[in-house]
Amino acid sequence: MSGVLLEKAVFDGDIEYLQVMDEAGNMDQSLLPRELDDNKIVEMYKYMLFARANDAKMLSLQRQGRAVTYAPLVGEEATQIGSALAMRKDDIFVPTFRQHGVYLVRGMPLEWMYAYWRGYEEPIPKSVNGTAIIIPVATQMPHAAGLAYAQKYKKKDSVVVVYVGDGGTSEGDFYEALNFAGVWKLPLVVIIENNQWAISVPREKQTAAKTLAQKAFAAGIGGIQVDGNDVIAVYKATKEAIEKAKDGPMVIECVTYRLGLHTTADDPTKYRTDAEVESWKGKDPIARVRAYLTGKGLWNEEMEQKTVQEQGKEIDAAVEKTEHPKEDPKSIFTNVYSFVPQNLQEELDDAERNNFWQDGSQ
Amino acid sequence: MTQSNMVTAINSALQQAMTENEDIVVLGEDVGRDGGVFRVTEGLLDKFGEARVMDTPLSESGIIGTSIGMAMAGLHPISEIQFAGFMFLGFSQLVNHAARYRSRTRGSFTVPMVVRTPVSGGVRTLEHHSESPEVYYSHMGGLIVVEPSTPYDAKGLMIKAARMDDPVVFLEPTKLYRLFKQEVPDEAYEVEIGKASTIREGSALSIITYGTMVSVVRDVVERKKVDAEIIDLRTINPLDEKAVLDSAKKTGRVVIVHEASLSFGAGAEIAARIAEKAIFELDAPVIRVASPSLPYPFPGYERYYLPNAAKISQAIDKVLR
Repeated sequence: MSGVLLEKAVFDGDIEYLQVMDEAGNMDQSLLPRELDDNKIVEMYKYMLFARANDAKMLSLQRQGRAVTYAPLVGEEATQIGSALAMRKDDIFVPTFRQHGVYLVRGMPLEWMYAYWRGYEEPIPKSVNGTAIIIPVATQMPHAAGLAYAQKYKKKDSVVVVYVGDGGTSEGDFYEALNFAGVWKLPLVVIIENNQWAISVPREKQTAAKTLAQKAFAAGIGGIQVDGNDVIAVYKATKEAIEKAKDGPMVIECVTYRLGLHTTADDPTKYRTDAEVESWKGKDPIARVRAYLTGKGLWNEEMEQKTVQEQGKEIDAAVEKTEHPKEDPKSIFTNVYSFVPQNLQEELDDAERNNFWQDGSQ
Repeated sequence: MTQSNMVTAINSALQQAMTENEDIVVLGEDVGRDGGVFRVTEGLLDKFGEARVMDTPLSESGIIGTSIGMAMAGLHPISEIQFAGFMFLGFSQLVNHAARYRSRTRGSFTVPMVVRTPVSGGVRTLEHHSESPEVYYSHMGGLIVVEPSTPYDAKGLMIKAARMDDPVVFLEPTKLYRLFKQEVPDEAYEVEIGKASTIREGSALSIITYGTMVSVVRDVVERKKVDAEIIDLRTINPLDEKAVLDSAKKTGRVVIVHEASLSFGAGAEIAARIAEKAIFELDAPVIRVASPSLPYPFPGYERYYLPNAAKISQAIDKVLR
């Protein structure tokens, strides 16, 4: 031992912050991806409007007792729509329970979503290329790593995009999945939808780390933080991560804000101030794109009204279609295994024979 | 035919399953270069390469959770959890996802996977290396749970598990890994899931057992020269209720023997089914022989904990009285 203190950095890491469009709708043209022409930005805007309208409808159904507990996305539209539009058709997304906007972009039928939030699981269309809504926080992360491993093993070009919240980054499964992804160099993009609140626990109580993106460094993979209310920035970061995913995974922390409730079972006034919510309303992801498009003469009040009306009709139709679900109680017995075990068959027969289900409508 | 112990029998099953199906991958802690701490996966890395035989980070939830993702994407992972006591770190993935993904998505996604782990005690090892967790995985539905007691059944059940479109928890009694050898066919063959095996016919009483207790029960029966019928469940879930009831009705006297602790054990389920469906054909109350209802003790006290020949013998005498 020489006793000499060597001042040598053994790890070098920086988290960059990306914003392309600011809160007032000013675009940094030098950062705007070339493929995002005016039409594409209008499309993004319409999707965000749709996601918010859909959210409001689901919330009102729940308040009327016509839907189960629901986790609204209001405020987080840019994170979801921007990242979803950056995916290619064959890329696979793995959601939590709040990615309604991602499902929308990926073509999940609205009726599927209304059936789900009204208590009925339906098959997931293959074309959506996404997995099921997952409730236990961050437990979807290892699935995503496994899905990504399978793409690599089968020599497919698909990239897996997984979502997780700020609270989710405190879970063991978050880190375990990142660690596998790093060791196996998986084609995996992790979107941290940092909406600042895990029910009543604020972001600063989740971790002493300055950013959530830097958690990637511990797994030997790259991380970036983006303005999660800037749909262009989210799109750009996701697109670039997908393009580079064959060389390994990437973590994108989207800094956004949950303007609404955690779920319909929660009252945010108990744990946060109106002033805080108001300040984030000033960074609204939809308003800034409207300002940008209006400023360029690409959008006006008339178009807005027409779009809102059309989207409302589509949503109402889906609500109507799922109003009276055809129940098939037998199906909950037959979808557990690849076969129906004898004991389970007996329980099913017993229920049918004795008319246990005659009061099922109550 | 080859004389095999349980380790080489499972190894042979894995080799054949992997040869037959390129979507089968093996993953776990030390399963590659080291061939697994019990050598069950020995030789697989050399034969099938790193893409199919993976030494993973130490991460039980990660192993089981990534296996679920792989299975959803068309692979058929066979993972190893080094000891059953460590598998609880992946319990959430098994219960919340492996068991539910098919029903959650109405079959849009299935989870064909096998999770192997050594179970049960009697080998004087460290804490958390001797648990018998079969009931945890059987209770919620959605998982298949098997526990072979012979090399022949171990190979046949593994071949079958590797061909199913379901998640299978494959419990391997550590004590039986190298306890005895048996003639095992060289070719791949299946042992039916959910099907018990009558390993000895008899008419005086029925002994329902599985795992480590099978050979202990057989020794006691042979020594006592009682005309006992011995049923080895082989699959815990789904339970072969018919085999249990048929035997109970035939003999009218039942002893259930398992190593897992008494309260809320598999024996309770079996006794309840007998009570519901065959009680009027019984000549004596059902007796359960199991470990006491307490956490598995340190190795120094193991012999005071595990069901032994004396305890089984007394139960037989009592049920025959």
